[in-house]
Amino acid sequence: MLAFLVSAIRLGMTFLFGSTGETITEKSGHLNLGIPGVMCVGASCGCFAEYLYLSAARKSVVPFLAVLIPILATVLGGAVMGLIYCFLTVTLRANQNVTGLALTTFGVGVSDFMIAKTGAIYSRGTRYFTASLPFADDLGWFGELFLSHGILIYLAIVIALVSSFVLTKTRIGLNLRAVGENPATADAAGINVARYRYVSTCIGCGIAGLGGLSFIMDYLHGNWEYCIDAIGWLAIALVIFTVWKPNLGIVGSLVFGALYIASSFITGVSFASKELFKMLPYVVTIVVLIFTSIRDKKENQPPAHLGLNYFREER
Amino acid sequence: MKKEKKTHSALFHLVKRAPLPWYWNLAVRAAAVILALLVSAIVITLLTQKNPIEVYSSMLDGAFGTELRIWSLLQNIAILLCISLAVTPAFMMRFWNCGAEGQVLVGGLATVAVMMFLGGKIPTPLLLVVMIAASVLAGIIWAVLPAICKALWNTNETLFTLMMNYVAIQLVAFFLKLFVKSGSGILTPMPEYGLPVIGGQAYLLNILIVAILTILVYIYLKYTKQGYEIAVVGESENTARYIGVNVKKVIIRTLLVSGALCGIAGLLLVGGTNHTISTTTAGGRGFTAIMVSWLAKFNPIYMVFTTFLIVFLQKGAQQISTDFRLPSAISDIITGIILFFIIGCEFFLQYKILVSKSGKEAK
Repeated sequence: MLAFLVSAIRLGMTFLFGSTGETITEKSGHLNLGIPGVMCVGASCGCFAEYLYLSAARKSVVPFLAVLIPILATVLGGAVMGLIYCFLTVTLRANQNVTGLALTTFGVGVSDFMIAKTGAIYSRGTRYFTASLPFADDLGWFGELFLSHGILIYLAIVIALVSSFVLTKTRIGLNLRAVGENPATADAAGINVARYRYVSTCIGCGIAGLGGLSFIMDYLHGNWEYCIDAIGWLAIALVIFTVWKPNLGIVGSLVFGALYIASSFITGVSFASKELFKMLPYVVTIVVLIFTSIRDKKENQPPAHLGLNYFREER
Repeated sequence: MKKEKKTHSALFHLVKRAPLPWYWNLAVRAAAVILALLVSAIVITLLTQKNPIEVYSSMLDGAFGTELRIWSLLQNIAILLCISLAVTPAFMMRFWNCGAEGQVLVGGLATVAVMMFLGGKIPTPLLLVVMIAASVLAGIIWAVLPAICKALWNTNETLFTLMMNYVAIQLVAFFLKLFVKSGSGILTPMPEYGLPVIGGQAYLLNILIVAILTILVYIYLKYTKQGYEIAVVGESENTARYIGVNVKKVIIRTLLVSGALCGIAGLLLVGGTNHTISTTTAGGRGFTAIMVSWLAKFNPIYMVFTTFLIVFLQKGAQQISTDFRLPSAISDIITGIILFFIIGCEFFLQYKILVSKSGKEAK
C-alpha cells in the first residue's frame, strides 16, 4: 500500500507539470494540443543536456549543476516549442488545433530520434534527480510518503501553488484570464493580448516540458525506451478533470497517478483485464467533462475563447 | 487604428486580401514547401554530413523506386485520404473531431472480431457484409457519443474525442490479450478472411473504394441539402437556427457520416491490408488526417494532393532513414517542419502587409 501511494505521488507530480503548464496556456485562450510534443522535446533537451554535462564533468560532477542544467535546458526546449506555436497562431493566425498537432508530430519525431540515437543511457543522471533528504529514511512511513522524493516532485507542487496564486490573486492573472475569456474586451481595456498569449504559452510549455523530464528521471529511472506522448494527452485530460485550477491539480494528478498505476498493483485480476484498468483515467475524464457541461456552472467552464484566435481587425 | 497612429506609429498593418487567383495560391504554397525542404535539407545534412541532393534523390527513390513502392504509396494515400474524408464534414461545421484515430481502431477491431469468430463458418459474401456492417457501426458509436453530448450539453468535443482515442487503444490491447492465447499480444494475420483481391493487386480494391468515396463525399458536401446545412452551421450557428436548421440534428447526423467513414477506413486497414490488428494500426493517421483536411480547405479533391504530399514525405523520409542509417523518426521531424511552413504560409494567402509611411496616414 505504501509503495502504491509513493508511486502514485511520483507519477502524479509528473502529470502535474503538464497540467499546470497547459492550464496556464489555456487560460490565455490557447488550446495547445502540442503538449505531448512539447513534453517530448523538453525531455529530449533535458536528457541531452544531462548527458553532455556528465560526459564533460567526468568524475567531478557537482550534483547541484547536474540537476540545474537539465532543468534549464528542458524549460528552454519547451519554451522554444511554445514560441513556434505562438508565432504560428498569434502572429500568423493559423488554426490552433492544426498547429498543435503539427507540434506533436514534430516533438514525437524528435524524441523518437533521441531514443534511437542515444538509447537508455540516462540512468546515470537519474540519481541526482531522485536524491532525497538524508533523514527521510529515519522517519518511517511518514518519511517515505512525503520526504523520499526527488527535487522535481516538490518543484511540481511549488509551481502549481505559485501559478494558482498568480492566476487568481494578482493583476497579471486577472488580465490573463480576461484575455482567455474575451480578448476583444481585454484589448479595449488596454491589455496587450498578443503579449499575454505569447508569454503565458511559452511559460506554460516550459513547465510542461519539465513533466517529460520528470517522467523519465523519476518514473522510468532513466530507462527511456518508448515515446512519452501518452502522458501529454493525459495532462490535457487532467486540465479538464481539475476544471482549470492548478491547486486542484495537485489532488487531481494524485488521483490520475493512482489510476494510471492501479493496474500494476491490483492482484487477482486477469492479465487482460489490466488493460481495461489502464482505461480508467480516460473514462473518468470523459465523465467529468460530461458532468461539468451538464451542470453548466459558470466557474467550472473552459475559458470562453479557448481554441479561438483573436484578430483585432475582424471584430 | 487611427488612435493608435497618434500614440506610436505602427510599422505595418494587416489587411485582409481579396481571394487570390489560383496560380498565386499555388505559387505561395509551392514556395512554402520548397522553403521547408531547404530547412529539412539543412537539418539532414547536419545530422548525416551528406550532400542534401543525394538525400532527396533517396527520398524520390523511396516513394517511386519500384513498382511495389508505388503500390504501397498509393495504398497509404488511400487510407489517409479515407480518414481525411471522414473528418472533413465534421470540421466544416467546426466540430473538431480529434478522435479519428480511435474511430478507425474500433472499426478495425470490429472487423478483426468478425474475421476471427465468423470466418470460415459462414459463406464469404455474408462474411463481407457482416464485416462492413460491424466496422461501420463501431466507428459510428465512437463518433456519435461525443456528438450527442455536444448537441445536448455543449460538451467540448475536442477533448472528448481525444479521450475516446485512448479508450479505443486500451480496448484493442484488452481484446488482443483475450484473443491471443499465447500472451504475445500479436495476432496472426488472417488473409483468407480479408477483403477480396481484385486484378491480382492486393491494394487495388482499397484504392478504388477510396476513389469512389472521395467523389461521393465531394458531391455530398457540395451539392446536397445536408452538405449545405453543414456549411451553414459551420459559418454561424445562429444563422443556421434563424433559417430553421435543426443544429442538434445536423451535428449528430454529420458525426454519423464521419464515424461511418472512419469505420470503413478501419475495415480497409484491417480487412484489406494488415489482416490483423495492433494498438498502433491507425499509426497516428487520425491526427495527420486533421492536418490534411485543413490544408486542403476541406475540399475532397484538393485533399488528394495534400495527402499525396504528406505520404510522399513520410515514405521518402523512411527511405532516407534506411539509406543513411538514421532512426526512422526522422520522417516525423521532417513532416513536422514542412507542416509548420505550410501552416504558416496560409497567412500570406489571406493577408496583405502594408508598410505604413511614417507621419502619413495609411490608406
